[in-house]
Amino acid sequence: MVEEVKLFRTWSSPYALRIVWALKLKGIEYETIFEDISNKSPLLLRYNPVHKKVPVLLHRGKSISESLVILEYIEDTWKQAPLLPESPYEIARAHFWAKFSDSKLMPAIWHVFLTQGKQQEEAIPPAIEILKIIEEELKGKKYFGGQTIGLADIAFGWMANLLYVLEEITGLKLMNTQNFPSLSAWINNFSDVPAIKENWPPHEKLVTKFQAIREKYLAAGATK
Amino acid sequence: MASLKLIGARPSPYVNRVQFALNLKSLDYEFLVEKFGTKSELLLKSNPVHKKIPVLIHDDKPICESLIIVEYIDEIWTSGPPLLPSDPYDRALARFWAAYIDDKWAPLLRELRTAQEEEEKKRVLDQMFQVLIQLEGAYRQCSKGKAFFGGDNVGYLDIALGGFLGWMKVAEKLIGVRLLDEAKTPALVGWAERFCSHDALKDAVPTAEELLEFAQKHFMAKPPTPN
Repeated sequence: MVEEVKLFRTWSSPYALRIVWALKLKGIEYETIFEDISNKSPLLLRYNPVHKKVPVLLHRGKSISESLVILEYIEDTWKQAPLLPESPYEIARAHFWAKFSDSKLMPAIWHVFLTQGKQQEEAIPPAIEILKIIEEELKGKKYFGGQTIGLADIAFGWMANLLYVLEEITGLKLMNTQNFPSLSAWINNFSDVPAIKENWPPHEKLVTKFQAIREKYLAAGATK
Repeated sequence: MASLKLIGARPSPYVNRVQFALNLKSLDYEFLVEKFGTKSELLLKSNPVHKKIPVLIHDDKPICESLIIVEYIDEIWTSGPPLLPSDPYDRALARFWAAYIDDKWAPLLRELRTAQEEEEKKRVLDQMFQVLIQLEGAYRQCSKGKAFFGGDNVGYLDIALGGFLGWMKVAEKLIGVRLLDEAKTPALVGWAERFCSHDALKDAVPTAEELLEFAQKHFMAKPPTPN
């Protein structure tokens, strides 16, 4: 009997994309339910009453929310193509870096992206410092986990395309291959993995969407 | 023999979490106390990315971030009841609510501490009660009628929330409002009492006295300076 797996997502959510990647890497069949964030379905509200957000995974009639929690659930449930290493110490490192992506890198990048003028100027050096930390961590490694793609890579995966989208919109280049050789190589290695390559959201659509998000934030800031 | 060191300080809820886990596993460790306001060389060397406590050093390898450390401890020392459940869905629930505590509860405690106006304090308190009501629901769901979030035994989620019990009691003393209230969150009140009287945990929960002293020393507003 096929166990039903359903994923509630939007086409653009980088958090939901993590789940697509994990499911694809493990070869798990699933049904996608696309949500319109401006008009959330009753099912989404029922399955994620606390945060009311995507992604939500539905499996065996139970719902799991929060992308990093879902990734761990997938890893615990389906043992093929493991996303975590064997040793507890390496597992701890994978968790550390996955958390770093969300707690440090994402806010820093958003801060650059959603500001302009002096505010943006001031947001750039801290963002670059964080990218340097990641560059240092990736030295001598193909992926965060070593030779194979893992949880931390999936957590950072949004970087591999969104950085370029945000660059295109703002005209700001936060990193280049010269100053960030390991990070640049990681982006290429990560993007080359078939499960990743085949599932990027369309670039132009992302540019349009994030451009609109930036404009909305800047307008809201201006009226304060 | 494994060498275990914990870099931390008792007033930190995050450090307390690790102490709970170490105690539950009956592990001996050297407690390297960090002085508030300074960062030791060992801390900077062991946690160069965040420069924060707690850091567990096991056989000279550093592990950082309180909940990551708790999970690490659970995976290495497997005698005795596990801290994380074995069922994938129950594990997901524990992780979900632990993340919720870090994302929602911890910032509110900080906001309460720094809130100046009465209006602001009231707003923060209202949000805190909302969070506690959610956690009351989580407790009922996860405990399945038993003593702790983890069931019969103290688990990961008990530890995640338990770290804040010391400060919750002090907050009550400082602002005169009972955060864990029989009327609003009766199940959590019972849970808190059981947690704080648990043999392995009671000495690791900082006392109201020591936290008050810490708060007075480091957090209390200085008298306004004349302009």
